[in-house]
Amino acid sequence: MATQKNRLKSGGRIDRNKPLTFFYNGQPYQGFQGDTLASALIANGVDVIGRSFKYGRPRGIMSAGADEPNAIMQLGATEATQIPNVRATQQELYQGLHCRSTSGWPSVDFDAMGLIGQFFGRMLPPGFYYKTFMFPESFWELYEKFIRKAAGFGRSPRENDPDIYDHMNQHTEVLVVGAGPAGLSAALSAARAGARVILADENAEFGGSLLSSRELIDGDPAHLWVKKAVEELAQNDNVLLLPRSTVNGYHDHNFVTIHERLADHISDKAPEGKARQRMHRVRAKWVVLATGAHERPLVFANNDIPGCMLASAVSTYIRQYGVIPGNNLVLMTSNDYAYRTAFDWQDTGRKVIAIVDSRQNPTGQYVEEAKNRGIKVMTGSAVIQAEGGKRVNGAMIAPISADGDRVTGDGTVLSCDTIASSGGWSPVVHLSCHTGSRPVWRGDIHGFVPGETVQQQLIAGAVSGSYSLSECLKEGLDIGLLAATNAGHATDSLNVTVPKVEELVEGERMAMFYVPHSKPTSRAPKQFVDYQNDVTAAGIELATREGFESIEHVKRYTAMGFGTDQGKMGNINGMAITAKSLNKTIPETGTTVFRPNYTPVTFGAIAGRHCRDLFDPKRYTAMHEWHVENGAKFEDVGQWKRPWYYPKPGETMQDALNRECRATRESVGILDASTLGKIDIQGKDAREFISRVYTNAWAKLAVGKCRYGLMCGEDGMVFDDGVTSCLGENHFLMTTTSGGAARVLEWLELYHQTEWPELEVYMTSVTDHWATMSIAGPNSRKLLAELTDDIDLDKDNFKFMDWRQGTVAGVPARVFRISFTGELSFEINVPAHYGMHVWKKLFEHGAKYNLTPYGTETMHVLRAEKGFIIAGQDTDGSVHPYDLGMSWCVSENKPFSFIGKRGMKREDCVKENRKQLVGLKPKDPSKVIPEGSQAVDNPNQPIPMTMLGHVTSSYYSACLGHGIAMGMIRNGHNRMGDTVYYPQADGSVIEAEICSPIFLDPKGERQNV
Amino acid sequence: MFYIYCPYCKEHREEEEFHAKGQAHIERPADPDSCTDKEWGEYLYFRKNPRGLHHEMWVHAVGCRKFFNVTRDTQTYEIKEVYKMGERPTITAQNQTAAKQA
Repeated sequence: MATQKNRLKSGGRIDRNKPLTFFYNGQPYQGFQGDTLASALIANGVDVIGRSFKYGRPRGIMSAGADEPNAIMQLGATEATQIPNVRATQQELYQGLHCRSTSGWPSVDFDAMGLIGQFFGRMLPPGFYYKTFMFPESFWELYEKFIRKAAGFGRSPRENDPDIYDHMNQHTEVLVVGAGPAGLSAALSAARAGARVILADENAEFGGSLLSSRELIDGDPAHLWVKKAVEELAQNDNVLLLPRSTVNGYHDHNFVTIHERLADHISDKAPEGKARQRMHRVRAKWVVLATGAHERPLVFANNDIPGCMLASAVSTYIRQYGVIPGNNLVLMTSNDYAYRTAFDWQDTGRKVIAIVDSRQNPTGQYVEEAKNRGIKVMTGSAVIQAEGGKRVNGAMIAPISADGDRVTGDGTVLSCDTIASSGGWSPVVHLSCHTGSRPVWRGDIHGFVPGETVQQQLIAGAVSGSYSLSECLKEGLDIGLLAATNAGHATDSLNVTVPKVEELVEGERMAMFYVPHSKPTSRAPKQFVDYQNDVTAAGIELATREGFESIEHVKRYTAMGFGTDQGKMGNINGMAITAKSLNKTIPETGTTVFRPNYTPVTFGAIAGRHCRDLFDPKRYTAMHEWHVENGAKFEDVGQWKRPWYYPKPGETMQDALNRECRATRESVGILDASTLGKIDIQGKDAREFISRVYTNAWAKLAVGKCRYGLMCGEDGMVFDDGVTSCLGENHFLMTTTSGGAARVLEWLELYHQTEWPELEVYMTSVTDHWATMSIAGPNSRKLLAELTDDIDLDKDNFKFMDWRQGTVAGVPARVFRISFTGELSFEINVPAHYGMHVWKKLFEHGAKYNLTPYGTETMHVLRAEKGFIIAGQDTDGSVHPYDLGMSWCVSENKPFSFIGKRGMKREDCVKENRKQLVGLKPKDPSKVIPEGSQAVDNPNQPIPMTMLGHVTSSYYSACLGHGIAMGMIRNGHNRMGDTVYYPQADGSVIEAEICSPIFLDPKGERQNV
Repeated sequence: MFYIYCPYCKEHREEEEFHAKGQAHIERPADPDSCTDKEWGEYLYFRKNPRGLHHEMWVHAVGCRKFFNVTRDTQTYEIKEVYKMGERPTITAQNQTAAKQA
């Protein structure tokens, strides 16, 4: 096992008594409790953790946080627990962690793309996808596969995720995002004011920059102040502390999503019965953003060689994790603050070769301290180029002009193995941008800060451009109080004292986004801006030369900011370089827009418990268990589980359908029709209301009668149908299609509430109150007669389209003599909890009639034999009643202009040659035309053929002995007897004759017996 | 996700409970049969798509099932006002502009 050669003897917030073994690319390594995967890899001297996307260059760890572009790992010990795109800088180490580098093929140390890239690299300018790989277009799939494989970026697991994920809805008065000095202070003062507070931070430990700070608070090391602050907050019942919780999205109306990782620091799988991650969905009255700032690296030649790092990251590794990434440091900076990194380095006993300061005459307190420490400070200079292969071995340093625009003298190479750089800080404005607010440039801090917003949002600390510790603490306390006040708490009497911090005297910072080279940008070695996408300064310049002027276009052309780090590290440098090459200012150039999520979120956390059985509610009828016991296959209709057909052992689906159809037409079949939507409509104007929403007449429908109705939109197109029965003078029961019930009820409410509030009518859904069973076939009356003694079933007393109330199988029932099969048929409705009882009674008595259960598929065949439409299958929103041949169902003479009447009179609706619904009889009786097939008059016409319309319903009819279909045909009602052709994908053609859609019993004699 | 005040339930509820129903204050012509095709087409299909204040209809679909009106800024998504069916908005693009000029 490798030794932790870069582990310091002491220091850091790790637990040296808890060593942990982990595996990287199959090799075992050791780290400590408290390490991140990145700090443990650095401790073990692992320099190369990946290969770059385009050029295959070796890459090392750059940062210590969410901004990491290179250290992207594939995590997981088993196939089911694979997690792609994990930032090693944010992944806590645990015993037995398995990870692999995601880029580099076949391996990070021997990279095929790297070799190719040396020759191939020149062929990969920005826009290389568009320029190179689009031609010939058919090769793209091949290219993409190769690029993806070589580029890596992880893969998803091939097995089901064994973990569970939770969602939690929260309401809070003050949500504080980030638990650094500003965030902790804000939470403290808001909580002291009595506000309900949530404090969330993406790291395991609260404290942010204070955990690696050299500064003292109230005379003590900063982490002691953090400890006290967290203790106070933890004791307050009004405060919810969320460590390991990334605020990833800031949505409308102060809705915030927080991704909490409950078990990712323990294992790649959560303990049994525990959730692995939790998504908090928070409505906050006020949000305090204390998200801090990200350091910007400096852009110099070969700045991607492993050993080049952010200055602040080097300090974090030393102070927080007790690891040091090298032996000899060159620090390059444009500001005072980064000097501390050299001090941290020197304090470990390792060597600081030089501090290279781009400013001509830096003057701050840290500059003096560096000199006093005997560190060589080279002013007015820059590291213009890193030297080395898989690790930095030198830094080329040259004098630069005062404006930082050009190199003014020869370079000298200093030998070193680490180059830390700081170009200043960029406030983490991402969340503030999520709802559309544009960040604004502040020249004094060389950074964008959050702009105006409509959200109830406040900002505190570095995100607002306040970088000093004293400012962060004070601003945090003030803003926390303000948030509490805004949320309605009295804060006047609160006396909040700001902790004492020694004020750091800093010299002026220099705006430095790009380091000049002795050669022009296009000739110098690559100067990387976005590491993950291999975007270079030369690439951005090329993009602007090629005419891309909008920053959004530059982004898309170069792919800058597209990686999993979303440009956290490189974007501001890239925008500055774009601005410079366009001769514009940075505010003129502007920023791209940040969108949710701030860091990648697992699909599991997004889905929560809404998966598998809980993905969508399932609705069962009262007789569901019987269907299951009797072998039904089910079909989803909306959320309903409906029996589809009931195969007997050895039967194919078609065998079962043929049997079910014949049994129904020959004796009696039964359908569970409970899923039909049922709307109870009452009120003195109920009849008038129904007249207005249906196309046909309702004025004379007597109590005890039923009628079929068509429902259209204002455009005249059919959208639902069903039977409505008159239960009383002011009382009706409307049925709708199974899938359309909720939509129809909302439609009725819309018209009642917005157009005709003067009508006294009340509607309520009673779908689930009733179990509905439809018995159909010549023996249905005989069967029903055995189960009722108070309903007169005589054919003249209980006519077709009548309904009766009475008792069936001893329970109260409504029986409707309506038919969707063309057979003598009764629809029995009983209160749902009696459903199973009545259903079973029917079977007890029905055995002698061969009572046969049938499902939706047989229902479809039986109704198609009769030419009955199914709204939504035979109609599609472009079909009016006349197109369907249902003019009998439109009452032109109703006094009120019903919904759809005007619509179906529009010019286009009354024109000649519309597509119309007809029956279709295949010439070959064994053929069934596939639904969706397009009709043509001439199958030999060259493609594209003239299409006449499509098949909407098509089945094999066992009772008729041939295929039957319904479909749209242009001018079809006038083309009876014509032959049309249905060309199929396999080249065959099915021939069919246009006919009436009523294939069976056209006079309707079977239902009138 | 919006946080919408239902004027009937008199509570803020999550957007998941509501359905958006398009532009508000579109009245069905009193005598459809006398409308020209153009007039009927306007009623049927033509809708405003303003950048800024928009009056739209929502329904508390899984709550009280009541329809109501919302004045919303389509740029910022701020809900400026919620009012019942039959009422008129007090905040409109016109009076906002007038207020700005005054």
